Amino acid sequence: MSSFKIFDIAGSGMSAQSVRLNTTASNLANADSVSGDPSKVYRARHPLFAAIKAGMGPDQSAAAVRVLGITENQAPATARYEPGNPLADAEGNVYAPNVNVVEEMVDMISASRAYQNNVEVMNTSKEMLLATLKLGQ
Amino acid sequence: MPANLDSYLGVHAAALQVRSRRTELLATNLANADTPGYQARDIDFRKALAHAATQSPSAVTMQATHAGHLQTAKATEADADLLYRTPLAPSIDGNTVDVQLEQAAFAENAVRYQATLSFLSSKFRGLMTAITGQ
Repeated sequence: MSSFKIFDIAGSGMSAQSVRLNTTASNLANADSVSGDPSKVYRARHPLFAAIKAGMGPDQSAAAVRVLGITENQAPATARYEPGNPLADAEGNVYAPNVNVVEEMVDMISASRAYQNNVEVMNTSKEMLLATLKLGQ
Repeated sequence: MPANLDSYLGVHAAALQVRSRRTELLATNLANADTPGYQARDIDFRKALAHAATQSPSAVTMQATHAGHLQTAKATEADADLLYRTPLAPSIDGNTVDVQLEQAAFAENAVRYQATLSFLSSKFRGLMTAITGQ
């Protein structure tokens, strides 16, 4: 029965959004993880989403979401002059991650709303299927 | 009293199928709300219903299990009423899903699905009354 595909689709959406929430949590947690070496500093991570076809049947309209991978933001780390910091390099600089906290907060809200949407889709589909099973009773 | 169950149930059996397919499509749109380049899809319900109601439910079709397999006539016909949504405000990453619009369509579709179910249910109840005579 084709209606069970909805659970796969909404499930893939929930899993993708939770990966996105995980990266946001990681970025926010490491927003102040400074380093003395600009090549070793933490970089903001973001997932890459892509639509994949669900099933091999003749109807190729339904598509689930797949996380293609996690990309690291290549923007340069910002240097801060903190000679008192034990991690500071020879010139007294430490390098802060290229995490934009405001952007991450907005991303977090967007991901959590999208997750709730998928949960709602799954709940409604479940109710519809249960009602179909009770047909004629 | 019609001779077979399909004609007794009328358009509702086909309508349920089309509604269930539309639920699937709208779920796909909502799941891909943040996928770059994803284009929202929907069906023309009137055309899809007319198509589902005219085709024989017992028609045997070929299953394509490999990307190189040729699509049979029925499969290409099923995709004919599958359309792309015209975006009101296209986003810069090429995604055309409008979450509010999709949510509204999903809720509407769910209610109409329930309505079709209750039509079918009352058809069955009528049949049972006729059989038991009580």
